[in-house]
Amino acid sequence: MVADLSDPMVPSPFCLQKVRKETYDTFTLELEPANGADGFPFAAGQFNMLYAFGIGEAPLSISGDPAKPQTLVHTVRAVGAVTQAICRLKRGDVLGVRGPFGNHWPMEEAVGSDVVIVAGGIGLAPLRPALYYLLSNREKYGRIAVIYGARTLEDLLYKPELEQWRSQFDLDVDVTVDTAPASYRGNVGVVTTLIPRARFDPFHAVALVCGPEVMMRFTVRELESRGVDPENIFISLERNMRCGIGFCGHCQFGSAFICKDGPVFCYAEIQPFFAKREI
Amino acid sequence: MTMENLERMLTEHPFFEGLNKRCLQMLVECASNVRFDAGEVIFREGEEAGLFYLIRHGRVSVETFAPNRGPVIIQTLGEGDLLGWSWLIEPYRWRFEARAVELTRAIALDGTCLRGKCAEDHELGYELMKRIAYVIENRLQATRLQLLNVYDGIRS
Repeated sequence: MVADLSDPMVPSPFCLQKVRKETYDTFTLELEPANGADGFPFAAGQFNMLYAFGIGEAPLSISGDPAKPQTLVHTVRAVGAVTQAICRLKRGDVLGVRGPFGNHWPMEEAVGSDVVIVAGGIGLAPLRPALYYLLSNREKYGRIAVIYGARTLEDLLYKPELEQWRSQFDLDVDVTVDTAPASYRGNVGVVTTLIPRARFDPFHAVALVCGPEVMMRFTVRELESRGVDPENIFISLERNMRCGIGFCGHCQFGSAFICKDGPVFCYAEIQPFFAKREI
Repeated sequence: MTMENLERMLTEHPFFEGLNKRCLQMLVECASNVRFDAGEVIFREGEEAGLFYLIRHGRVSVETFAPNRGPVIIQTLGEGDLLGWSWLIEPYRWRFEARAVELTRAIALDGTCLRGKCAEDHELGYELMKRIAYVIENRLQATRLQLLNVYDGIRS
């Protein structure tokens, strides 16, 4: 059961069905409602608060297919006490879920345009639902370019799917890593170096960007220098999300709360705050 | 390959976009059309840097050798990119190795010939310097980002 909106602070129990190891510290979890509910409808870009019982909660983007709400999918990187506890869970274990929270990627607004997805590191996880959506509604969009960067080959997420996407003729997928052995035949260099080469019409394109903020800052610059209007650049931000409903104020970003007004923001709207160190 | 074809290829390459005809004609005299098969070494670290390349098709990896790690790719260049500026800076030796990742077609420009022309014609020299400085600046920025490890954020 999805968290009752009248009491969004109460987590619902979800049972872990499947765990897939993506990298040495990142796992994709498939969850199903433990109370027999139908599923978990969500929109691409939204996040949940996942509760490891007795330890705490962490905000985690949903990384599954919005057209398949029967299973809730999260990709989790074990970086803190909560995420490490979540990554230690085994099949059949139960955790608490509150959500879905926040807004979503502008999939409707992008209809008729080229779409360029730029992901860095684990930032591919919140963008994967958007890509699933685009592929399910392929005829509504122009060119689709996916640009994905990671530190090393070992840090790449969703390797089997990446291979599948790269083999599709209706999708351009470019992957790059910061360093690689000489036997590697793919691209080496930071993710921004792929933007000038990517095949999309910058004057009729919507860009969806997610990754660490420093990566997004440089990506936005590169997109702008290619000619993409800041109104058409959307980025997914993260701060210290706690309540998920804009109540506690932990994730305040300028005049917005990221959990409620975001996590997806139009770059033109947050441009004045984006590079401010104090915010 | 006729001079006209070479001039057309130079005009079409992003590196020389907007360059005037007089300068282009001077460059053509130092240019040749080249191709490299997949895996072919284009130049090796320490060798004399006599040429540089404007990639038309294909991909090239820039590599170095690190003790205990073996050969490491530093960057991959592709269509529209410039390969090599050591021909311009003393002691005119390649600092890295370049290898074609796949069949690669490029325009090779003779650095010694170009240095001579730039010394004689400062308009050409200034144009070339501006364009190469732009490439170097972009590569420097990209290298800084690589050093930052920009993907090591907290998002999951």
